[in-house]
Amino acid sequence: MGTWNEYIIDEGRPPEWPYPVKFGEERQVDVDVLVIGGGIAGCWAAISAARQGVKVALLEKGNTERSGSGGPGCDHWCNAPCNPLSRVDPDEWAEHMVDKPYCNGIGVEIQCRENYDTLLEMEQMGGKIRDTGDDFVGAEGRDEATKLMISPRYGRWSNSVLDPDFGTPGYNPPEKRNNVVIRVWGSTFKPALKKECQRLGVQIFDRVMGTSVLNEGGKQGARVVGATGINARTGEFLIFRAKAVIITTASAGSLWLMSMEHGAYSNMHARTTSGDGMAMAWRAGAELTCMEKAGSITTGTGIKHRWYTGAGDASYENVPIVDANGTKLPYGTQGWADAGTQVVPPALNEEIRKGIMSGKYELPFYGDFPAMKEIEARATWKLMLTEESTTKTMVNVMEEGGFDTSRDQIMSYKFLEGQVPPQWRNANNGGGILTDWDLKTTVDGLYAAGTTLYCPEDHSFCAATGRYAGRKAAAYVKAAPDVEICRAQVDKEKARVLAPTTRTSGIEWKELHSALTRVMQYFDSEFKTERLLKLGLEELDRVEAMASEHLYALDPHKLMRSLEDLSMIDHARMVLIAARERKASSARLGHNRIDYPAMDPPEWDKYITLKQVDGKVVLGELPPRFWGSMKEQYEAHNKDYSGVWKPEN
Amino acid sequence: MSERKIYAVPNVQTPNTPVRFDPEVCVGCNRCVEICPLDVFIPNPKKGAPPIVLHPEECWLCGVCVTECKNKGAISFIYPMPLKPRWRNKETGEVTQLK
Repeated sequence: MGTWNEYIIDEGRPPEWPYPVKFGEERQVDVDVLVIGGGIAGCWAAISAARQGVKVALLEKGNTERSGSGGPGCDHWCNAPCNPLSRVDPDEWAEHMVDKPYCNGIGVEIQCRENYDTLLEMEQMGGKIRDTGDDFVGAEGRDEATKLMISPRYGRWSNSVLDPDFGTPGYNPPEKRNNVVIRVWGSTFKPALKKECQRLGVQIFDRVMGTSVLNEGGKQGARVVGATGINARTGEFLIFRAKAVIITTASAGSLWLMSMEHGAYSNMHARTTSGDGMAMAWRAGAELTCMEKAGSITTGTGIKHRWYTGAGDASYENVPIVDANGTKLPYGTQGWADAGTQVVPPALNEEIRKGIMSGKYELPFYGDFPAMKEIEARATWKLMLTEESTTKTMVNVMEEGGFDTSRDQIMSYKFLEGQVPPQWRNANNGGGILTDWDLKTTVDGLYAAGTTLYCPEDHSFCAATGRYAGRKAAAYVKAAPDVEICRAQVDKEKARVLAPTTRTSGIEWKELHSALTRVMQYFDSEFKTERLLKLGLEELDRVEAMASEHLYALDPHKLMRSLEDLSMIDHARMVLIAARERKASSARLGHNRIDYPAMDPPEWDKYITLKQVDGKVVLGELPPRFWGSMKEQYEAHNKDYSGVWKPEN
Repeated sequence: MSERKIYAVPNVQTPNTPVRFDPEVCVGCNRCVEICPLDVFIPNPKKGAPPIVLHPEECWLCGVCVTECKNKGAISFIYPMPLKPRWRNKETGEVTQLK
């Protein structure tokens, strides 16, 4: 019971749209700070700004209570070198994290400096961060005094780089581990964040999608004066007048995925992860960087979040990976034993592939839970996997289906699914909005935080940068003069947003999505050349022209999805422009140019930036580590930082 | 011979049934309608009846509709066929797939 077709059979007619439809109607809201995107970064930005005494509104396409990639949960609080069990200096750990090409040095320093304070504030709000119920006594990494549970995710090194001593006996002894990752009960976080927003008087606009950032005088690149939004249930158009806007939406999760029906099958991210904020920033004249960066979607045809089931690329949280005959594979175990990496080095992957071909290893592989100590298996299954985002339901359903960690090994799909087909590319954690040390973009009054930033990190990165951007935006608006909205800009945006509702046939959002992802699959994939990238840009222009003439949306929900696709056209355009500009290949960027095959030549060790000025693309570049000394810059910009929030305030 | 009336409807979306409601347990409180990040559900026009799964193919399988439901058993989560995990009994070698 519950499907649409069953309803028709029972009732003899389709249900009417259940919400009042208000296409064309509009409402204006005046605030000091507007936050666009109610995920982890957005909630933290709103809370942090509101705590500074300014008037805040928060827009969210879903329901703030559980929306965003971190909505269902979070199992790791990564890069927390300020926690009391850490053995590393925060600035040194931050430097270590960015000791690789194409990183976000500013965001990582903020994360390392402030995310433990952020976590303590999460606890103040009711988030669970300690084993207060003594459920995991005896698990390695659990500290009895603080009841914090250190995760084995990183040993001496971060998990994106293989420890150079990997494999040497005793190379990762407990007393040398950095203890920078904390296991947390993240499924308690998002409802607590929403509640705190409400308590602080943040005006939350759930089911409202931000559509544009408004500039002073309607001029691209001029300071921010507000934003527009559309209600995804009613179609009401909202105009926000604000002195500062913080963009906290995500990147586009499905830029290469043709079929949205398969989005949940083969993508870690929800459809709502469509890069709207990056498109808004681009249209408003803000500068972005690293847009050519693309990774592969490694959560493929198998079970979603497959490495989170302990049967993924590298073994996850102490789960050893064995072959069909029980032979342990030489993957590093991402756990206490050897702090192996999450990302498998290409040489090791090749060694395993050769082993499969020669018969040394037999497919399929399994995550060998029964080989683990009971307490470690329970901590991985009941804490890490239960608390990590969408996996709570997975754990519940598998237990109901009879899975037992003491007896069963989970099947892995590594190698069964092939090696990165072109369409399994992903723009997430790639390019994004460029900011200064205040997390302000190149447009005055426009801030950004979370995964909309270039080269972002994870949940606690989003939380810490959101909290930081909120604080900085609040300080900005206190000194900023009043703003006036340019009506002509609003009218133009309103016409753009509502255009698909004026038609009842033509191209609907899924066809548009297929068209633009096909462009990416053909023209920005494995085989990149100048000619292909140029063709891709021309294709996008044609796709956009067809959409502007034929795109139709029958209800406000479909309108939201249509607008997401229009955002993704802009996102795709930025990717192609940057990919064309980088006339060199790069392993770190996932950028392979057939016509410029040299991999990471030193002269191309730089960030390519792009923005629009009067509708024309302006390209630029920044040197490696353009953010300067992380310690000095952080301290210079945060002399007034007062640490953990005191609730009596 | 079925007496069910056959309507002309477009092909259904895939996956079509990420969740099922038990109308005996569901009280139609619409908590799932409100919590879903993707707006997969709409309220049933009939008060007290289970919501309608209008956009099943947009479901990202986060499961919050089930974990946040106040009436256990009112709504159950169903992994789409190609996603159902497989595991092996280490001792017997028997492979099971989630039903």
